[in-house]
Amino acid sequence: MSDFEKKRKQAQKRWDSLQASKVPVIYIGTASCGTAAGAMEVLQSVDETLKKNRLKAKIVQVGCIGPCYLEPLMDVAVPGQPRISYANMNQHKAKRVIESYLVKGDPFLQFAVGHFGDEGWQSGNGIPRFFDLPMLKPQVRMVLRNCGIIDPEEIDHYIATQGYEGIMNALKKGPEAVIAEIKDAGLRGRGGAGFPAYKKWEICRAAPGETKYMICNADEGDPGAFMNRSLIEGDPHAVLEGLLIAAYAIGASHGYIYIRAEYPLAIARLKKAISQMREYGFLGENIQNSAFDFDITIKEGAGAFVCGEETALIGSIEGKRGMPKSRPPFPAVSGLYGMPTIINNVETLGTLPNILRNGASWFKQYGTQGNHGTKTFSLVGKIRRSGLIEVPLGMTLRKIIFDIGGGSNKPFKAVQTGGPSGGCLSEEFLDTPIDYESLAAAGSIMGSGGLIVMDEDTGVVDVARYFLDFTQKESCGKCSPCRVGSRHMVEILERITKGEGQPDDLPKLETLGETVRRGSLCGLGQTAPNPVLTTLRYFRPEYLLHVKEKHCPATVCNELIEYRVIPDKCTGCQRCVNVCPTGAITGPRAEPHNLDPSKCIKCRACYEICRFDAIAGDAIIIRSRRRTADEQAE
Amino acid sequence: MTKKRTARRRSGKDPARDKHFARIFSEFRGEEGDLIPILQKTQERFGFIPREAVRRIARFLKISENQIYGVASFYSQFRFTAPGRNSIKVCLGTACHVRGGQILCDAVERELDLKPGGTTEDRRYDLERVACLGCCALAPVVQVNADIHSRMTVIRLKETLDKYE
Ligand SMILES: Cc1cc2nc3c(=O)[nH]c(=O)nc-3n(C[C@H](O)[C@H](O)[C@H](O)COP(=O)(O)O)c2cc1C
Ligand code: FES
Repeated sequence: MSDFEKKRKQAQKRWDSLQASKVPVIYIGTASCGTAAGAMEVLQSVDETLKKNRLKAKIVQVGCIGPCYLEPLMDVAVPGQPRISYANMNQHKAKRVIESYLVKGDPFLQFAVGHFGDEGWQSGNGIPRFFDLPMLKPQVRMVLRNCGIIDPEEIDHYIATQGYEGIMNALKKGPEAVIAEIKDAGLRGRGGAGFPAYKKWEICRAAPGETKYMICNADEGDPGAFMNRSLIEGDPHAVLEGLLIAAYAIGASHGYIYIRAEYPLAIARLKKAISQMREYGFLGENIQNSAFDFDITIKEGAGAFVCGEETALIGSIEGKRGMPKSRPPFPAVSGLYGMPTIINNVETLGTLPNILRNGASWFKQYGTQGNHGTKTFSLVGKIRRSGLIEVPLGMTLRKIIFDIGGGSNKPFKAVQTGGPSGGCLSEEFLDTPIDYESLAAAGSIMGSGGLIVMDEDTGVVDVARYFLDFTQKESCGKCSPCRVGSRHMVEILERITKGEGQPDDLPKLETLGETVRRGSLCGLGQTAPNPVLTTLRYFRPEYLLHVKEKHCPATVCNELIEYRVIPDKCTGCQRCVNVCPTGAITGPRAEPHNLDPSKCIKCRACYEICRFDAIAGDAIIIRSRRRTADEQAE
Repeated sequence: MTKKRTARRRSGKDPARDKHFARIFSEFRGEEGDLIPILQKTQERFGFIPREAVRRIARFLKISENQIYGVASFYSQFRFTAPGRNSIKVCLGTACHVRGGQILCDAVERELDLKPGGTTEDRRYDLERVACLGCCALAPVVQVNADIHSRMTVIRLKETLDKYE
């Protein structure tokens, strides 16, 4: 029996004993998102409740299973029963569930959202299977298959769920056959551009040179996207196995993971996983008794969006300012320290073990011709069911936003794909299938997987200004179209959002946008105008209202809005009077309050307190300062 | 020249600092690629990049101080002034922006009389704007030290900040 076979048997045994545990097992999602929602308090409460009641149980900390809007999530599995998932836990609810289920035997299904048992599980009293929930049912979990299921800090859990079988197959096949398999699978890079993975690998493999480097791009620069973070936190070994496979294919002996410093938990998980790999013979010399030597170094990013770009990333690892270089030469020929180098995104790497384990034809059953496989997205913004999802390529935006995400509370307005390099698509594009070509044809891009949903309360002019302001600040300043042109565009947009727009501002923006797009050296500048250009194309009336009528229909542009008390609705509860930092709201108790617009700084405190704490609930409104003729007469 | 020498002598009198730097440098071979990780370790240790650290790093890596400032100033992570006891990071990533991140940032600025990049006079807080903390599904998000507070509101902000001494 080989070393790996022994390890695998042992891992299987440990995993099986957890599944058939004689004591209850409590799973708590403690990824960054769960923790932000309060998972640590839940964990502590569970621990105390167990101790107080002298209960024996195992607590397993897992990654994020996807529906972040249900966080903190806690699953309880008692012997002989399937895992039951409880949502939106806090310390009190968790205590109640544990005491009820583990002491009295009543599973307390009021807080349950789903179970992990068989379809016909009877004692579930009508709660659905977790993976049949509307958010999960249309998904295909390939890359995320282990997230939220296994303990990410246990290499045995990963191995027991067929982990490291991909690299074992790869080592048997040989590097050329691995590249051929990936070519056959048609895997395209998930970092944004969708470049066929095998193509750059082939170039790199063929490039002369003893030393080659394999880099994992975990910079995840798109502000508003967290797919890579979740995958690393929830299943670090999947990414590391992918890195190993890619390195083997191109003939690299050293690897780097370039990860943003804002992800401390992901970094910690990677470090732990790397030391486990070493212990299990997946790093170092003669990996699994092959002639393959490989080691990994983690490099933390230092806060520069442009360092997600390949050549800038390489510069940053070399200890320089992260400035993009013009290509060619491509990194595959001359990259890190001048050596042939491949850079792949976290998700690209996370997909590899699946292909090597199950084969290219299995992989191709998902997705569409030319866009095979799945893609993860972070579904956020004005959406009911926010979180991390994975769907086959080719699913329509409508299905993702409405079936999976449940739509937005207020009417849907737009969706931004591709982050700051992408575009803002209006309702008429909802039937666009999500694939590299269709999104490009609509004027946007696939990008790394951020999906920001906007409803009628989101201002598209404001969002366009936001994105451009972001990229402009992140411009490395090397080429002037990007540096000067985008700053000029931001100035115009700022003017428009302040109600100082000129009639010729819109054509000016378009001309400038074209110049920046064509004249910039790297992808940052080339794509920076996209959010502005797409919104100008699909939401021109909203721009015109800002320019001509100084009107912001979404009521977000501060200079164009005002706060008002509706006297008929105000019960005079004085909550808003108390929170107003400038004394703009006055009035005695039980009488409608008065809001002095000259003192109001639009801090939103009164609006929030009225909606959440006050008796009236909606007596304070935010509205456009532009008055219609009727209102003026009033 | 004399100034330099006194500075060096003075630093030489602070064995604790020598020890810190010795420990930081011991993990590295002194190659150019070590610069950013060394700066990160330095900031982890002192909370910012002191001038003296730049001098010592320059000597260790055999590069100029200017080169170090050139690289360090390119990356938003590095700061050259001492931070407050508690570090506030307001997320202004896209998801947080569309859910009112800027309003939260304004509220912190007003409440603490503090500009992004600055530190309060009593050194209790410093403030930074960040682009995405990876908790976008729970936006808007404010981080204080290691704690991420999700679904933040203007009214909850003050009581949240008050908890940090
Ligand atoms: C400004 C800019 C930022 C980028 N940021 C990222 C990033 O954060 N993560 C990433 O994987 N790719 C990013 N990319 C794309 C990378 O340059 C590169 O194409 C990608 O990492 C290749 O991996 P893939 O082939 O697996 O997609 C960025 C590109 C540009 C121009
Ligand atoms: S946008 Fe704020 S956490 Fe991602």
